[in-house]
Amino acid sequence: MRSIRKFLDRIEPRFSKGGRWERLFPLYEMVDTVFYVPGTTTAVAPHIRDAVDIKRSMSTVIIALLPALIFGIYNTGYQIDPDAGFLQNMLTGGVAVLPLILVSYIVGGLWELLFAVVRRHEISEGFLVTGLLLPMTLPPDIPLWMVAAGISFGVVIGKEVTGGTGYNVFNPALVARAFIFFAYPGEMTGDPVWSLADDLTAATPLAVAASVQSENAVSLVSEAGYSLKQMFLGLIPGSVGGTSKLAVLVGAIILIATRIANWRIIAGSIAGLVAASLLANMLAPASENTMLSLPPIYHIVMGGFAFGIVFMATDPVSAAQTDRGRWIYGMLIGVLCVMIRVLNQAFVEGVMLSILLGNAFAPMIDYFVLRQNIARRKRAYENQ
Amino acid sequence: MAMKKTFDTFAGPLSRSNPITTQVLGICSALAVTVKMDTALVMSGALIFVLVGSNVIVSALRDLIPSRVRIIVMLTIIATLVIVIDQLLKAYLYDISKQLSIFVGLIITNCIVLGRAEAFALKNSTWESALDGFGNAMGYGLILLLVSAARELFGSGSLLGFQVVPDVLYAENGGWYVNNGLMLLAPGAFIILGLLIWLQRAVNGYTEE
Repeated sequence: MRSIRKFLDRIEPRFSKGGRWERLFPLYEMVDTVFYVPGTTTAVAPHIRDAVDIKRSMSTVIIALLPALIFGIYNTGYQIDPDAGFLQNMLTGGVAVLPLILVSYIVGGLWELLFAVVRRHEISEGFLVTGLLLPMTLPPDIPLWMVAAGISFGVVIGKEVTGGTGYNVFNPALVARAFIFFAYPGEMTGDPVWSLADDLTAATPLAVAASVQSENAVSLVSEAGYSLKQMFLGLIPGSVGGTSKLAVLVGAIILIATRIANWRIIAGSIAGLVAASLLANMLAPASENTMLSLPPIYHIVMGGFAFGIVFMATDPVSAAQTDRGRWIYGMLIGVLCVMIRVLNQAFVEGVMLSILLGNAFAPMIDYFVLRQNIARRKRAYENQ
Repeated sequence: MAMKKTFDTFAGPLSRSNPITTQVLGICSALAVTVKMDTALVMSGALIFVLVGSNVIVSALRDLIPSRVRIIVMLTIIATLVIVIDQLLKAYLYDISKQLSIFVGLIITNCIVLGRAEAFALKNSTWESALDGFGNAMGYGLILLLVSAARELFGSGSLLGFQVVPDVLYAENGGWYVNNGLMLLAPGAFIILGLLIWLQRAVNGYTEE
């Protein structure tokens, strides 16, 4: 380890002010802080001694994503040939999924570097997560150039336009996904996209539930061969990272235990989803719409809801920042998700749009929570 | 000096005080008619006619218009010109006029037209007003042209109706390319417009106060 420090110290003058590669300082800074905690200290109080900077907390998110990623790679292979062995499936899955991740990291990383050099700031660590989140929300057979277009849009329009990490209104990975979703709908929705095998069309459970009118959604799903347990474990067609709720649950536990993600957002989302789907169930007998009859537990294990609320809704920048605000923000996402899934037949999946809408409302929610708090304390002060 | 001022009257609205990207006027039609370049060009032509016409007429009548009823008078002049161009388009360019549908008629409410009449034509000579109207309409047209070129190129793979992206590249013909559906939707125009504003401000060094 000492030799790395020595090497970094030796090359540092070339990147610092006056050095030959002065403009590439962000690159040096990135490598340095990956290995070592930065030596900078805050100039004014409060001073907190802590080695966990943004880079470390983002690395924790990557670790939390790993179970879902590894399972996703296996599942991608499994969907092609369920009878092949574990290693074979990991291999075919890896060949399909790893290029997506590589393209996402390389293209997005180049944009990130360009802005860091031009604007003379450090390369933001959040990109490590954004670059991994995007491919995990995509179908495994998406063309690579669409991933490149999507991540470019996500990094530039979703983040850098408003000033870079910490200033983004929306989650950049979701902006990237929304771009691909609306720009190339043929590759993102419909039955043929979710499986790699060419002759096989694989309908996701959500698509099955929404497919036929005036029947019971639950029986439709089970007739198609999807049981609750299967959907929880995740050996079903779907996006790369989002099919296994078990893997997402492991990630959620890591994130909540390390306090990187706020549990209130996740709990609020589930509460909102349960409330809205129970309401929908009550309305179900009066309507032709099959999706209305889908029970809450199915809503939770189907589609990308679990993945979205654990890894995307909890983004520390674009989520609400106050505790009460987080509850409201989470519930808003849950309710909107059910509304989009159930009431809008054009969009089978609703969690992406509901989180983006939640992001848009987060600052306003915080504003009203703060106002209310100020008003409450003012009243308490006046009544003394 | 006079020469420079005349030039600025015309050229200013093209970039530095562009009605769309700097003053953010006329956005509604800029989003609606820019899916294809031909509709954008015809729309720009219509706006050039209306804006130059209204600026010239308002400026020529500026000493006769009582200031209390000037808005009504200006609107009457503008509405007359819009109806004339709308009928002309229906007579000679029926297909495009159908695609433009309501948006030619809505030039009446285009803030650029009334804005230039109120802010410029009422106070300046007829010749300068004509130049100002022409410059502003060209500034509007320039942005429409850029936005529609980007939207048609990425959204339909063509420019002015001519196929630019080779057919063999398309996925349905065994290639890999797919047109960008987002560009056909209104948000696509918003994004292109935003990028244009970003580019223009970066070049001009303009910052919001």
